[in-house]
Amino acid sequence: MRRAGVVALNTFREAVRDRVLYNLVFFALLMMAAAVAVGQISIGIEQTVIVSLGLSAISLIGLLISVFIGVALVSKEMDKRTLHALLANPVRRWEFLLGKFAGLVLTLAVNTAAMALGLLLVMIYVKHSLERSDAVVLVAVYFILLKLALIVALALLFSCFTTPLLAILFTVGFYIVGLYVQELRNLPVEVMSPAMTAFTKGLSYLLPNFENFNVMAMAAHGRAVPGALILQNTVYTVVYCTIVLTAAAAVFSRRNLK
Amino acid sequence: MPGLAIEIENLTKEYPFGFLHLKKKTSLEGLNMQVETGEVFGFIGPNGAGKSTTIKLLMRLIFPTAGSARILGKPISDVEMHRDIGYLPEQPYFYDYLTAAELLDYFARFHDLTAADRKERVERMLKKVGLETARKIQLRKYSKGMLQRVGLAQAILHDPKIVILDEPMSGLDPVGRREVRDIILELKREGKTVMFSTHILSDAEMLCDRVGVIVGGKLRGVGAPGTLVDMKTQGMEILFELRGTSNAPLLSKATRTGDCYRLQVAEEELYAAIDQLRAAGARILSVAQVKATLEEFFTNLVEADGTHTSAVEVSGK
Amino acid sequence: MNAEKTIAWVLLLVLPFGFAGIWRLQHGIDAQRESLSQERDDLLLRSGKLVKVMSLEYAPLLADIYWTRVVQYYGNKHVRGQANLELLWPLLDITTTLDPNLLISYRFGAMFLSQAAPSGAGRPDLAVQLIRRGIQANPSYWRLYEDLGFVYYFDLKDYQKASDAFLEGSKKPNAQLWMKVMAARVAAEGESFATSMFLWKDIYDSTPDPSVKKNALQHLQLLKVKEDCKQLDALADEYAKRYGKRPARMSEMVQAGLLRRIPGDPLGFAYIFGQDGKAELNLDSPLLQQQLLLDRYKLGP
Repeated sequence: MRRAGVVALNTFREAVRDRVLYNLVFFALLMMAAAVAVGQISIGIEQTVIVSLGLSAISLIGLLISVFIGVALVSKEMDKRTLHALLANPVRRWEFLLGKFAGLVLTLAVNTAAMALGLLLVMIYVKHSLERSDAVVLVAVYFILLKLALIVALALLFSCFTTPLLAILFTVGFYIVGLYVQELRNLPVEVMSPAMTAFTKGLSYLLPNFENFNVMAMAAHGRAVPGALILQNTVYTVVYCTIVLTAAAAVFSRRNLK
Repeated sequence: MPGLAIEIENLTKEYPFGFLHLKKKTSLEGLNMQVETGEVFGFIGPNGAGKSTTIKLLMRLIFPTAGSARILGKPISDVEMHRDIGYLPEQPYFYDYLTAAELLDYFARFHDLTAADRKERVERMLKKVGLETARKIQLRKYSKGMLQRVGLAQAILHDPKIVILDEPMSGLDPVGRREVRDIILELKREGKTVMFSTHILSDAEMLCDRVGVIVGGKLRGVGAPGTLVDMKTQGMEILFELRGTSNAPLLSKATRTGDCYRLQVAEEELYAAIDQLRAAGARILSVAQVKATLEEFFTNLVEADGTHTSAVEVSGK
Repeated sequence: MNAEKTIAWVLLLVLPFGFAGIWRLQHGIDAQRESLSQERDDLLLRSGKLVKVMSLEYAPLLADIYWTRVVQYYGNKHVRGQANLELLWPLLDITTTLDPNLLISYRFGAMFLSQAAPSGAGRPDLAVQLIRRGIQANPSYWRLYEDLGFVYYFDLKDYQKASDAFLEGSKKPNAQLWMKVMAARVAAEGESFATSMFLWKDIYDSTPDPSVKKNALQHLQLLKVKEDCKQLDALADEYAKRYGKRPARMSEMVQAGLLRRIPGDPLGFAYIFGQDGKAELNLDSPLLQQQLLLDRYKLGP
């Protein structure tokens, strides 16, 4: 575990040195523009607009980072053979994998926290105050982070057994499917055979469900998210990441490096 | 009798290729080999012979089709044995966003060292490989030779009992090669076991207690460089200069380049030949011993194995 | 045992237990979110024009996505028997703004916006607005006039306007002949069984949409029931004239020779006489529920 921590810190350092956090500048500019513009164009729904725009930007930026860097985490080390020297040290492959995962999640956590802070500042600027109900924005940000962690785990798994490009496609594919899992359950029943219905229904409970983490609409209108859902989503993410990372470790431990 | 540092038993590696991976290329075929503790062992062979494959198998970077290996008596699947091993990969490449000092510190963290100990060792290693002036520069700006030195530094950083170096001399200028040779000899003095692969035979002849020759994925011979080949003098070579013409009978055996001639004679005929040449008015430029070298041994093996070797070279990549 | 084998065994353990956990968690989360979804049932962006601007060059694609949302929204509400269809209009509005040529959305909208609850949103005014927009974008498509006439005829009971719509549509290319006939008949008679039957029959035959078809079939069946009951009541009056009392059972009518056998509704369930002596649907007939629902919402607020 300690060794995984060493890898994680180095992964974080890599992200910082590779200027991943520069996206924050983009986010800051976007939020500033929005803060100025929203006062001009919409009256009465400033907060709704700011919150949904801010959360969308946090989610989208996080998605880009987690998919592209998530896939590169391991494949880059295999490709450039930096892994060769590392694995000559007493570190197990699964420890390396776990460290890489934790490192990127740490990066995303820092990044997302910074963006959340920016969002709160803009909200203060627009509303001149913060209320207790605004805490739901933080819950929404936390859910985004959970979602990103799951995406990183998936990206890591795919990059362990296929090319980076395919891994990106798979990850994005899973994400999109995961957004519409709920719809899978609501498919018109008449069109499908009973066996097919049962299958899709079963699948819809097992596929990663990214809609679980979507409370953007509630956050935009300042409605509270029940504590039970926060707990459930946290456990869900932990369990799912464990499954995916174990599978990734099983694949990666048997992989021949070039 | 010294113990065994590395024991390799029947190690075989096949690479599947082609449609559905149905075909297989054998890159290493039933390798049996031992490296004794405290010796410098050279692993020599042409490119694609299976040297790197063997070393990567030992480091668990790739997994064998068959066979097993033990290092210091422990099976290589035991990750803790890496505490006692240093490894320099072939054409090493490291995290280019780190400086040399940061990289060494990063690797040192995987070993149970205190912060002060880490710092001290990193400094000492940088000095040893001659990088103390470049320590604050990110590795992306390093030349190939400098990277090789960093690689060497990280391999010996944690004071390992066994050091495995894959092509440590490649990409280095003569000064760099000399330094690497010095480091290997120093490791030997400290009682470490060193195994290194190379396709440059003079390095092996100069440094190794024993060498193993591998061609086409098969081990062709193991032993001290002297015993592997009969290194007794095979003849003498005379270089001389001769202006004008002469009808000395020896001249017909010599090869001519301008006014210079090269002549090979048996050792016992040397003085007679020199007398004859002087009589003909030649100026003797040099006289040298001709030895059969590891190189010739090696070249013969490769030539005998020509067809097989090229096939292996393709599959090894 | 080496590390690789250990991980494989761990994986064998983690997979079943992990996914069992995920299964349970997902059900829990669904239940939790279900309690929120009543409030959450809204559209973030209600302006079709804004959506269109934001959709870049992918507006038609987005229109398709919105269209599937329309169908799902309607389907979900319908399955749960919920009468509140207030999002149907904004969804259709966005869909048709994104892709003004998505004919099926106008036709679907015309039917379900105009119809009274529970099968529709009960907003014939919006239906007319939607169809008029459709006609503007697709002026040569005669079936939109059929739909317009349909809304005026059934839901707004404005027979003059219905007649005008049918007449206008009959002039469009490929319009079927009956449009002209219908224009004359609606103008002259107003609502009649024959006209209603014909219009629903045409919808039933021509629509590719399963929910529209199902809805048309239901209406056809209920129309038939209404007509049957009317005739049975007339026969019962005849019976009362002959015997001096209204019949209590259908069998009495058969015995009296007024009916050859006990008549059944379109699903084959025998009609009965209710307590008020009028002919009505059998209690076992599934059509009864449909009829009651329809009546309740017509009488309701």
